[in-house]
Amino acid sequence: MVRFIVRRLMQMAVVLAVLSILLFLWLKALPGGPVSAILGERATPARRAALETALGLDQPVYVQYSRFITRALQGDFGASTGVLPGEDAFQVFLIRLPATVELSFFAILVAIALGIPLGYFAAKRHGSPLDSGAVVLSLIGVAVPVFFTAFLLKYFVAVEWNLLPVSGRQDPGLEATRVTGFFVLDGLLTREWDAAWDAIKHLILPTLALATIPFAVIFRITRAAVLDTLDADYVRTAEAKGLTASVIRRRHVLRNAMLPVVTTIGLQVGGLLAGAILTETVFSFPGIGDALAQSYREKDYAVLQVLVLAAAAIFVIVNLLVDIAYAVIDPRIRTR
Amino acid sequence: MRAIRKLASVAVAGVLAMTVASCAESDRGEGGEGGGEGEETTFTFGAAGAPEMFDPLYATDGETFRVTRQMFEGLLGIKPGSAEVVPELATEWTSNEEGTEWTFTLRDDVTFHDGEPFNAEAVCANFERMFDQNEAGQVAAEYWGYVMGGFANAPEDSLYQGCEASDEYEAMVTISRATSGFPTMLTLESLSMQSPKAMEEGDANGIATEGEGFSFPDYAQNPQGTGPFKFVEYDQATGAIELETNDDYWGEAPASDKLVFRVIPDESTRRQELEAGSIDGYDLPNPADWPGLEEGGNQVEVRDPFNIFYLGLNPEANPQLKDLKVRQALYYALDRDQLVSTQLPEGAQVATQFMPSTVSGYNSELQPYAYDPDKAKQLLKEAGAEGMTLTFAYPTEVSRPYMPDPQQLYEALRTNLEAVGIRVDVKTASWNGGYLDNVTAGKYDAYLLGWTGDYDAAFNFVGTFFGNLKENDFGTEVMPWGKQLADDLQAADAIVDEDERAAEFERINQQIMEEYLPGLPISHSPPALVVGGDVEGVIPSPLTAEEFDTVSVGGR
Repeated sequence: MVRFIVRRLMQMAVVLAVLSILLFLWLKALPGGPVSAILGERATPARRAALETALGLDQPVYVQYSRFITRALQGDFGASTGVLPGEDAFQVFLIRLPATVELSFFAILVAIALGIPLGYFAAKRHGSPLDSGAVVLSLIGVAVPVFFTAFLLKYFVAVEWNLLPVSGRQDPGLEATRVTGFFVLDGLLTREWDAAWDAIKHLILPTLALATIPFAVIFRITRAAVLDTLDADYVRTAEAKGLTASVIRRRHVLRNAMLPVVTTIGLQVGGLLAGAILTETVFSFPGIGDALAQSYREKDYAVLQVLVLAAAAIFVIVNLLVDIAYAVIDPRIRTR
Repeated sequence: MRAIRKLASVAVAGVLAMTVASCAESDRGEGGEGGGEGEETTFTFGAAGAPEMFDPLYATDGETFRVTRQMFEGLLGIKPGSAEVVPELATEWTSNEEGTEWTFTLRDDVTFHDGEPFNAEAVCANFERMFDQNEAGQVAAEYWGYVMGGFANAPEDSLYQGCEASDEYEAMVTISRATSGFPTMLTLESLSMQSPKAMEEGDANGIATEGEGFSFPDYAQNPQGTGPFKFVEYDQATGAIELETNDDYWGEAPASDKLVFRVIPDESTRRQELEAGSIDGYDLPNPADWPGLEEGGNQVEVRDPFNIFYLGLNPEANPQLKDLKVRQALYYALDRDQLVSTQLPEGAQVATQFMPSTVSGYNSELQPYAYDPDKAKQLLKEAGAEGMTLTFAYPTEVSRPYMPDPQQLYEALRTNLEAVGIRVDVKTASWNGGYLDNVTAGKYDAYLLGWTGDYDAAFNFVGTFFGNLKENDFGTEVMPWGKQLADDLQAADAIVDEDERAAEFERINQQIMEEYLPGLPISHSPPALVVGGDVEGVIPSPLTAEEFDTVSVGGR
């Protein structure tokens, strides 16, 4: 097991190294850049040249890359120029990360809490109105783009009906105390209930928007997997042995059906970032996704690099965790 | 066995939670903020981007200046609602005959936010601090570099030469030559007065490059000025900046107790937040939204235009443009009345020259070039340039006060040009993604660009465009009159007497429009800001430099 994990981590390092080179070359190939963003209308060739020299942009690309990687290995990723100007890019990632983790956590929680039971009951009552209704709902979840769902939710619930906040993570007027950076948790830990409640209110709409796709996928996989296992020989055997329905459900149906579901959840967690970019942008929710979109728009290359590499690392790590979870659920994998 | 394991994990989780909870304590003061001590009034403004930091010397963008403007003051100020220079921290100023030695009489009742006294020594410490920048600082202190031309390491390039505290409240600043920009440039937000002690303690000049950006010293996160508001905090996790009233302010106390700036990058979200009542205003609403915003009970505050939108031409890129007849033909081809009435917000004006009418040196005699496609065709024929091809570019992913929607404006202008038989080779690039690079590199024959004035000086407009022969976007270097124009502008700028100077700029403006026509001035557009229906006291500034100390939110 340990050797397996170590090997996977080493693979990750290689992936990240290659990605960092490709990313660097790609960014350098893009026209424009931070100099234009900083100087605007006041740009003249001389001022442009002075700024390029000061920022080292006049060096050959391989020199720039070797400088970048040397500094990066020492934990210095360069200063942000757009998202949080002046802040180290990795610091920007750390400041923005809790927002996305919080949002993704609640989104995946909602998706699981709705998707698995609904999938199970849809399979149990195969062909019933509940089943068809849930299938249609999940199809809509997959078919409608996240940003559109997000936009509709925002427009009706927040703007037209004024039930929930339009954007952001927390009302700045609350002067909430920061401990972990997870606002709901912070509110609970410091017993600032209003701050926690305000953070939850800000989370509801983005969470629902972001949860649509994982919900739909988890629901469909659960339903299919449960349908499969319900037909399996061992379930029939268990029924024949006279086991109670609840034991059959827990030990034989759900446990076996969970394997593909866990894989799916893992993949969905990794894919959440893509949805988070859209959701966070619509709700101006200050997380990684919003920062990624903004850094691209404003040519904040330092932040863009860190965020893309971090996203890749997170994806690889989540996949590793899924594999480990697999081993826990299915003993056969452990022995291999 | 299983039960034990379960129990153990519950116990571990419990202990963990309790440890975290015990070190997490609320920072809120006893008694609570919400309620209790009377009604606290807050004005919340939606910002489009995060501020760079809070030291105005290193600031370059409007988002940063909007925040620092509430905390800092310069020796000279701007009369609210105009571009007119008025006393601020200096009550009066005089110069010697040559216009090179300026004596400022200072207010004697001002203290910095950290309690330090404001006096002539503090003024000189500020000038010396701005002058004495390290390598990174010289690039970052963009406005100083732009108006002063140099730093302590190369004093021969610098307009600023020295500062002397001749009395406790009297400071004398020496400059290398007379210029219309001085002392008007002291109204620039970047050249504001800051507490020398706080700057020293926070290593204010300790700026460095980090990768492709700048890392700023501690001081820039906790600045100390003299203005009506003081810095409280910047919560990067939510993108909220909070300022509070400066109780020791020398002037009138602000109308609101607190100012909050909330970063909301998306414009439609800013509008929705305003409609939901969670912010009280935001800057530069899209002109297309103005009617809808007003119908929703908000106030669209339209500023007087202090900008110029022009179609730039570059004869270096296309030699046919060297012919005055061709440039005039292009100008006659443009239906600017139509453009202004259909594409630009209410209050926009057709331009007759490269500066708005509020700037001294504006020539009110000049008439706009009429829309006359037949004359355009005839001029093209005379020049032998019928059916000429013009590489004409516009920027994407940008909206400027003078150019709210570049693509729409471009389409209208392009249609005009094609109507007189010009073949337009359409080019486009995003604002930060190559457009500006290409303009300065002279890659386009024609392009859309503009300028918002920094302060009330003719040279800040025409000098920026044509005053530097080697480096300008109009390629005047290849024109026979290019050097003459640049020299004339420099000379006019150095005239000490204001009326004489204005008269000379008027003459040059006429010459630019009638003899040279290096580019085609199109229009002046009024940028707006929008505030909720219950907001009072906003004074729109043509320089987009609103001070919020007069602003209050009714009923709150």
